[in-house]
Amino acid sequence: MFPFSAIVGQQDMKQALLIAAVDPTVGGVLLFGDRGTGKSTTVRALASLLPKMRAVVGCPYTCPPDSDDCDAAHCGVPRNNGKRKHKLFPVPVVDLPLGVTEDRVVGALDIEKALVHGEKSFEPGLLARANRGFLYIDEVNLLEDHIVDLLLDVAASGENLVEREGLSVRHPARFVLVGSGNPEEGELRPQLLDRFGLAVEVTTPTDVRERVEVIKRRDVYESDAVAFRKKWSRKDGTLRRKIVNARDALPDIEVPDEMLGKAAEICIALATDGSRGELTLIRAARATAALRGDDTLTPGHLEQVAHLALGHRLRRNPLDESSAGARVERALESVMGD
Amino acid sequence: MRRAPKRLPDSDAAMATLILAVDPHGLGGAILSGMPGLVRDRWLDNFRALLPAETPWRKIPVNVGEDRLLGGLDFAATLASGKPVFATGLLEVSDGGIVLMSMAERASPAVAAMIGGVLERGELRIERDGVARTAGSRFGMIAFDESLEDEAGVADGLAERLALRLRLVGVDLGELSLAGWRASDVAKARERLDSIGVADGVVERLCQTAALFGIASARGELFALRAARAVAALLGLAKVGDDEAAIGARLVLPHRATRLPPDDADNDESSQPPPQDSNESDGRRENKDIPDDVLVDAVRAALPEGLLALLQRDGGRRRVSAGGRAGPRAVSRRRGRPVGVRQAETLAGTRLNVLATLKAAIPWQPLRGRSIDSGDVALRIRKEDLRVTRFEDSVETTTVFVVDASGSQAARRLAEVKGAVELLLNDCYVRRDQVALVAFRGADAEVLLSPTRALARAKRSLAALPGGGGTPLASGLDAARELAESIAHHGRVPAIVLMTDGRANIARDGKADIGRAEDDALTAARELYCEGFRSLLVDTARHPKPRARALADAMGAHYVPLPQADAATISATVQAHAA
Repeated sequence: MFPFSAIVGQQDMKQALLIAAVDPTVGGVLLFGDRGTGKSTTVRALASLLPKMRAVVGCPYTCPPDSDDCDAAHCGVPRNNGKRKHKLFPVPVVDLPLGVTEDRVVGALDIEKALVHGEKSFEPGLLARANRGFLYIDEVNLLEDHIVDLLLDVAASGENLVEREGLSVRHPARFVLVGSGNPEEGELRPQLLDRFGLAVEVTTPTDVRERVEVIKRRDVYESDAVAFRKKWSRKDGTLRRKIVNARDALPDIEVPDEMLGKAAEICIALATDGSRGELTLIRAARATAALRGDDTLTPGHLEQVAHLALGHRLRRNPLDESSAGARVERALESVMGD
Repeated sequence: MRRAPKRLPDSDAAMATLILAVDPHGLGGAILSGMPGLVRDRWLDNFRALLPAETPWRKIPVNVGEDRLLGGLDFAATLASGKPVFATGLLEVSDGGIVLMSMAERASPAVAAMIGGVLERGELRIERDGVARTAGSRFGMIAFDESLEDEAGVADGLAERLALRLRLVGVDLGELSLAGWRASDVAKARERLDSIGVADGVVERLCQTAALFGIASARGELFALRAARAVAALLGLAKVGDDEAAIGARLVLPHRATRLPPDDADNDESSQPPPQDSNESDGRRENKDIPDDVLVDAVRAALPEGLLALLQRDGGRRRVSAGGRAGPRAVSRRRGRPVGVRQAETLAGTRLNVLATLKAAIPWQPLRGRSIDSGDVALRIRKEDLRVTRFEDSVETTTVFVVDASGSQAARRLAEVKGAVELLLNDCYVRRDQVALVAFRGADAEVLLSPTRALARAKRSLAALPGGGGTPLASGLDAARELAESIAHHGRVPAIVLMTDGRANIARDGKADIGRAEDDALTAARELYCEGFRSLLVDTARHPKPRARALADAMGAHYVPLPQADAATISATVQAHAA
């Protein structure tokens, strides 16, 4: 795994993923853009960056020990003196391979047990494994539509309901959906776009020095991955502590009414539909404040995340050639200017 | 002991054979374009002879099913043993070897993306039919691209991950000669590969070169560096220097180029390509010290002629065709959408759903007299257990816009037509249709955009469309018909939207002759009618005249005068017509 902190540039992409790591309720993250810009590398790097989490040993849904999730999901892990054994696990970053079938996504009847022992038992799928972590879909625009719909539904509700083959299972599936893709291969359905909380337009670095650094680091990594990871482990560690601190600080970040008003004005200026954009904007700005160690939300925080939270929610206007980024920029200027 | 030759082969084709043999997985593989034949066979023979004898060598058919490619339940074995048996997929058994795919340009985007993804990770992850597993899968791929000039080539998701591209058309058998290099030399080079360093400045120069040619993906430089390493390994060098980098750049970068670097002669600051220059003075200085442009020249010299012409013509704004590979993707990702499982009356022409069938059979086993305890493990399947997957076969429409951009359309009129097309494009986007764009002006018609779903690209090529010149209406109709035929050939439904005032003054042969031009146009329209494509004629004349209506009648098109047409009307008409 390539270390997260060794990824050159791509500030927006890193920022969006860090925001989701601090506050998973911002909704999913969509990374759309040129090939060969390190989208997959960056998402996969999250796995070793994120602070470990405490979970019940043997629970297929990696439920937290201090919750009733295990009981609710009937995971079958016994209590000992009222407690279940727990330890620290890495946060799951589950990669959804292309060609995945629905039974492996949602879980299904364990066919081997059914065939050999005549037992009806539930074989958890990838949604179970992704609980409390990230679910990553590369080439999200190539995945079967019905699977994408299913994933978005579960991501929004935080719960996976399985009613099939005589099974009736309900288990927690709270995860951040991360999708990446290349618009040249087919754009994403517009109705899917705004179901992602944040969207990043990923572009090739235009500064040659940045490109050189990308290639050099990749080259060193490929020749000796272990040494490379070791070299960057301290930086990853610093970033990890920042995430932990930000999570702790998040509930105490003060959000002045004035900032709520600004957020609403920005959304009105951009004519985004619904309140989802506004909510995401506030949450993303709050997480940004937490990551920076600030205790009050300021216009600066809003400005920093507005294009991530709103850029993909703009109505397409074929006669307005300017990019989403430029339109958000204009709206910010008009709202923040006064 | 035999010493390796000192001289590298002269031709790129032979050079590619050697370096791909040294590092097949690292380079991902090669796209070989051109028809099957002696040259291709010889190239493959040479390549195979350089690999260790035990290297797996697998052909994968282009229509391979996902379960064969990735692995899936083995129905027969599962039935025989009474428990799920997993059949290993082709990509897994190809680990450490070479996979070959003929007519790779016809691979579905999903298959191309799956292979591309496995190439990228060197690992196969399967989550299918109740099976979850991960297996090493490091291979090199040879994709044969047999597309014709204007057809789409190998899907981008795959092409991006194959470092090399060779055009074996017009190559002489003699050029494939490996100049005395043998498998033993390759084996030694493989051992050295990991320990080879990179001389100072080489990475910088590779990156600058890639940037100058407008190559977005970092894989360009990474592959060029890998190719250069393989060359250094063959030559027994400790470090990659400029000469090796030049070979790597020449083999990897040309087909990725999207524009030409500014001419070296007037290499002043103003002629620098704007995207590369940040405004900082530093960035500029760096760009200016491109040392004697060895790499740039190497790449420029290796650019295929057709690509060069295209890059010069439209400055790389469009994706361009290189070595027979058309830039815009024309292959649709048409898939039946599985909407459920049903009991099968007959298996003919359907897809058996193994899992569903087994599940249907399981509860009945004790009743059918199967007893595991007595060693009777075979599952008893009856006809009524058979289940097939139900697909919702959505037929995709591709709307072909045919735009009259000639002088007969006043400039403002053309702008209005463009506006109307943009609104329609937007509508197609919402419906997930593909669009294509044909324009006619001057002496001929041109396909500006092959079928694509990328709205941004369609808008770009529309905006860049100049107006003026003669009106070769017949040629425009011919081009539309050919494009529509090719769309139908790919299993999609074409719908033609012609925007014209019906006037013509250039005949089919390109000569200015109003009388013949109008006759030719009517003939072309009738030919379109014979094909039975759905079509719509939008009369763009300020004051609609019978001329355009007559043309619409000849081609069997629905007639809408633009003055009365807003985007919604046109869109509704197209849709009603396409349904």
